[in-house]
This record gives sequence, structure tokens and C-alpha cells, in this order.
Amino acid sequence: MILHFTNARMIDPETQTDSLGSLTVKDGLIIAKDEIAPKGANLCDLGGKCLAPGLIDLGVKIGEPGERHRESFRSAGAAAAAGGVTTVIARPDTSPAIDTPEILEFVTRRAKDAANVRIHHLAALTKARAGKEMTEISFLSDLGALAFYDGNFVVQDHKVLSRALSYARSLGALVIGHPQDPSLSAGASATSGKFGSLRGLPMVDPMAERMGLERDLALVEMTRARYHADQITAAGSLAAIMRAKAAGLDVTAGISIHHLTLNELDVGDYRTFFKFTPPLRSEEDRLAMVQAVADGVIDVIGSFHTPADEESKRLPFEQADSGAVGLQTLLPAAMRLYHGGALSLPQLWRAMALNPAKRLGLEQGRLTVNAPADLIVFDPDVPFLLDRSTLLSKSKNTPFDGQRMEGRVLASFVAGQQIFEYKG
Amino acid sequence: MTFRARHLLGIEHLAPDEINAVLDLADRYVDLNRRTVKQSDVLAGMTQINMFFEASTRTQASFELAGKRLGADVMNMSVAQSSFKKGETLLDTAMSLNAMHPDLLVVRHGASGAVALLADKVNCAVLNAGDGRHEHPTQALLDALTIRRKKGRLNRLTIAICGDISHSRVARSNLILLGKMENRIRLIGPSTLMPTGVSDFGCEVFDDMRAGLEGADVVMMLRLQKERMDGGFIPSEREYYHRFGLDAQKLTFAKPDAIVMHPGPMNRGVEIDGELADDINRSVIQEQVEMGVAVRMACMDLLARNLRAERGRAAVEVMA
Repeated sequence: MILHFTNARMIDPETQTDSLGSLTVKDGLIIAKDEIAPKGANLCDLGGKCLAPGLIDLGVKIGEPGERHRESFRSAGAAAAAGGVTTVIARPDTSPAIDTPEILEFVTRRAKDAANVRIHHLAALTKARAGKEMTEISFLSDLGALAFYDGNFVVQDHKVLSRALSYARSLGALVIGHPQDPSLSAGASATSGKFGSLRGLPMVDPMAERMGLERDLALVEMTRARYHADQITAAGSLAAIMRAKAAGLDVTAGISIHHLTLNELDVGDYRTFFKFTPPLRSEEDRLAMVQAVADGVIDVIGSFHTPADEESKRLPFEQADSGAVGLQTLLPAAMRLYHGGALSLPQLWRAMALNPAKRLGLEQGRLTVNAPADLIVFDPDVPFLLDRSTLLSKSKNTPFDGQRMEGRVLASFVAGQQIFEYKG
Repeated sequence: MTFRARHLLGIEHLAPDEINAVLDLADRYVDLNRRTVKQSDVLAGMTQINMFFEASTRTQASFELAGKRLGADVMNMSVAQSSFKKGETLLDTAMSLNAMHPDLLVVRHGASGAVALLADKVNCAVLNAGDGRHEHPTQALLDALTIRRKKGRLNRLTIAICGDISHSRVARSNLILLGKMENRIRLIGPSTLMPTGVSDFGCEVFDDMRAGLEGADVVMMLRLQKERMDGGFIPSEREYYHRFGLDAQKLTFAKPDAIVMHPGPMNRGVEIDGELADDINRSVIQEQVEMGVAVRMACMDLLARNLRAERGRAAVEVMA
């Protein structure tokens, strides 16, 4: 079957263009751009709506195995499709952690059966994410683990991390770090400053992030491993990333959409849906991070989708779980940056589709001929009031509940097959 | 005969002609060892003390047998029962032993450089039976003898040394010896078990068996020590075996007549496939053990000659 989109506002992250055009899809691949519709093609007039590569969300927590009451592959897959996320990169911080080839095979099979978006997996860097012994990086890579990540558990022993980096380097495997100094940030639930002091919360200085990052980058320089920092959220950390990139190290950095669109004041009266690891930062930091995405210092924006049930959030702020669901709010939240004039749509799609694909060695995330036809149609201007009960995730812990948002996904395609259509 | 050394502390101190001298003499001891009556009297009246601060079976047995076949009085000092366990320092133990006038002291110690430290303080010939991660000269010599007898020469060969290079004194001694004899040496192992700066030694470094074994004449496997197997240096035994364990399939990358060596003790199914280790057409692991006794006899014979000559010169000086 041939599908021909016309009158589409095409967001192309590779050429960094945002222009009207047409796109032809056949057998799961993009076969032509801006050409006349071939004979027998199904015509699809988008009437000026946006057509972009599906989002690639690096670092999604799905509760399988261990916490299916919070999120399953089925519910996460439905939420992703509705949110325009066509490729989910699942985190290994499950219970048990995804740290053996056997568990990886299990979740790969489960994901394939239950979801119609693409789900790829990360594997733990150390066994049980305990920071003591490295996992079977070779076997796990062979089975499709895209990168090695201990979630927000930091490998504290420098020697263990240096050996793991060295071993990963010899296999060309990507290691993802969580650059937060573990002793400084232990127990913290707010960023050091006036607001945190006023609320009397345990705090951590953003310096903890720079210290963790500098440690990781020193070991990366020593071992020449491929490294990605999961979330860089403080202005003080940016110089280190720029220095590492200038020195030719194979280093990239990410950030969550929440740290780009919210700040520490949003916590208000101890609203636990605004609790994150690392905690929300000051407005100055947030603005610096938005600029860093525009400048390409920060490469990847993700939702860091972290489902938490009501019981783990309905607690005093210090004791509540961190994290928020984000698969369905990633795109509308990103539209705040677009409508605010901070980032263009192609810049956003570079960080939310092209860069994660490149970093993980995936073909999708592009509007190029021969790329997989993982596409979304969306309208960046549709306003709505977010009601968290309408989210498709099993957990509804979103910080955007009740907020005015703009941007709606109208349709999602994976390999040319439509997997989602918005119905009023 | 060109063997001038007073001690055998490492291959580093030996010149190529000295290495050849040891191997030539060892060849003759191989013949002696194959007779029913294996007696010689070149060390008759001399005292040999074996001091093993680290557990050893084959090296200690090999040295003991070598000494006995040459007619020496051999004493095995078990460190477990010695004053060393009571807190005596290495040098005090050595001085006490020295006062008993041994002629040959065979020492193994867990710390690199410990044998050289001891050799400075005693009046006898000292043989290094392995010091830490530094050297194990008799192992390299017996490997060299095995290669020379199997391949007919000890130069212009491509030799792959594979496994835990960074903790292996066997690898270091072999690297030095085979380099001195002008061979092409390749080191293969995971990057976590490869010492830093090793490519500056004049050898090629690989982390892939296929590339590393390509065209090799000799494949030397090293033992992976148990305490290094889990997580610290490598993820697991099974992943190590998958990537670096030698089996018939991986051996096909080497030359069709390549020989397989292992200093023992082997971990079957970790660094080497059990069936391959037993394959008499490829594996020379048993020959290595046999050559070990002959090489140690040759080393002790040569050191004893130098010791006698030195003591003779000293006596002449006293008389003069």
C-alpha cells in the first residue's frame, strides 16, 4: 500500500526546515519527498497540519517486570501512541533490574506482544544496579540492549565504573550516566535556595550535578568510552559538557521536558507530582537549559516517564516517590517552548527524534527517503485543559494536571501503519 | 657456554645467547629425564631451599624434582608453618636461612620485586619462581623450549598470548623472552585485563579473538583467576568464555598447525575448552610440564657452575 501525504507542514530535523510539502510512504519506508503522488496511492490531505518523525523517548520507565500495577507494556504502548512517541527506549530500573540476557529476552518478547509502538530496551550497567559488578555487556548488546544505564543509582566506586567503561568501549557500547554526586544528593528533594529553605525541605546544591558529571567525564577521558549524561539540569554543568565535546570525547547529554518547562516554585505547597530526581531547578537554570538545547550543547529531550501510583505520591514531600508520567504530555509541554519562541519545531525534533536515534544507532527519527515511516501528524495550536484521568498510562502522576496546554497529536504511524487516530 | 648470571630473577636480565644456552642444556636434560635412571651428580653436596610464599603445586614439585635429579639436598619450606606467619619480615627470614648456607634458593612471593629484594641479602644463587605480577622466568624458558622443539625454531613466529595479561607474570616473562628472540607477539584480552601502555612494548593488542589469532603459529592461553571472574574485571565466566575462551572454532582463525599452550592450572570451560586442551594434535600442555623439569635442571646447573666459579675466585683471592 502506498500512502501519500499532501499539504503537510513538514518538520524535518535533519535539514532544520519547517515547510509545506508532501511525503510518500510505501512498505513501511519513506520513498519520496515533495514528489507527485504515484498511481494508486491513498491520498491524505493534511490541510497544513504538521507532519514530523515520531518522537523517540529515551528513558521511559515501564513497570515490567515487577511493577505492572504502575505501568505495563500495553498501557505504556497506548499512551506512547497517543502522545506521538513511536519509539520508546525503556529503562532497566525495573525489579528485578534488566541485568541478564534472560530478563532482556523476556521483556523484549513481552513488549513485542503487547505494544504496537517500537520498544527498545536499555540494560543495567552493573548487576542489580548495585554498582559492584558489571553486567554481561557483550551478551546484552547482542540481544539488542541499546545502552547501559543504572538509572538514578550512581556507580560510586570509581574503579568499578572505569572498568565497566573500558569494557563497554571495547564493544562500542554506549554507557548512560546519572551525573549526581551520590553523597551530596542523598535524601534531597529540593534544590538549595530560598524556596527550598522556606519549605524546610532537604536540599542539594546544583554543584552535586557538576561534581558527578566531572567525575564521569574524567573517567570517560581516561577510557575513551561512549557516554551520555541522562539529565543535565543546572547551568553550572554546561561548561563541562562543552569542554568534553570540544576535546573530542564521544559525549552527549539529555534533559527531561519537566526541567525545561517547570521550575522549583511549581512545587508550591508540597505538590509531590512536582518531585523529580534531580529536583526542579531555579528559573535561571531553566532558561540556561532551554538555551543549551537551542545551541546543541544538550542533545536529547525526553519525558523520563516514571509512573508512580497514588500511594507512593500521597505522602509527605520528602517521602514521596520522584518522577512523573510524560509519554502523553511530552509533545504539548514541548509546544510551550515553541509558542514561547524559545525553540523552533525543527530544533525540538532534533532533540526529541533525530539525536536520540543517532545516538542509539536507530534508523528512524528522520524525514529522509529510505528512513522507516515512523510519523506523526499533529496540530501545535489546539488548546486544551489537561485532565489527568484521561491519560492512558496506568499511573496518572502528571504535573500538568488541570493546566492549559496546546498541541495535539492527530495520528501516529509506525512503519507506515497507523497505530493511533485522535477521535474528539 | 655463555651464561654469566648469578641469579635468575627475570628474563629481562638475560641476553639471547644466555637464553639459548639454557635451552640447549635443557634439551640434554630432557633426554636424561626420559631414561629410567635419571640420576646426575652436578649438584651433589649442594643445598637447595624452596621457599614458596604463595601456594604452588606444579612449580614447586618441578623444582624439587629437578634438584633431586641433579643430586642436591632439597628442602621445602612451607611458609604456612614458618616464622613468617608469626610476623617475621621477609628479609629476616632470608637472613636466617642464609646463615644455614644454602647454595640455591628458589623463591615465589606474591609481591612484585620481593625476590630481587631477597637476592641482595644472601650469598647463594636465587631463582625467581614467580614474583607478583612481575616475572616467572622459568615458565617463559620452558615455554620457549616447548615452542623450539615443536616448531623447530624460536624466531619469526607469530605468537598470540591470550587472557588476563594484566595480572600475569607468565605473560610478562614470555613477552620479554619472545620479543628478545625476535618473534611477532600479539596480546588478546578484554580491555579490563590489559595493562595500560602495553602497546608500547612492541606488540600488537587485540580485544577480539578472530583478529588476534589470524595467522598465529602459537596460541598461549593464560589462566583467569577465580577472584577476577565476577563483575570486577569481566561480567561473568560465560561471557568471558564466549568472547575469549579458546575452542576448536576460534582456533580455526590461527594457522592450521598452530599449537596450543597453557601454563596451568587450567579452568576448563572458562579460558579453554576441555576437549581442545586434551587434543594431542594441538595441545602441548603436557609437554610444557615435562619441559619444566628439564629447564629448571638446566637453570640450576648453570647457576651452580657460576656459583662454584665465583667461590673459587674468592678463595684464590683469600690465599693470595
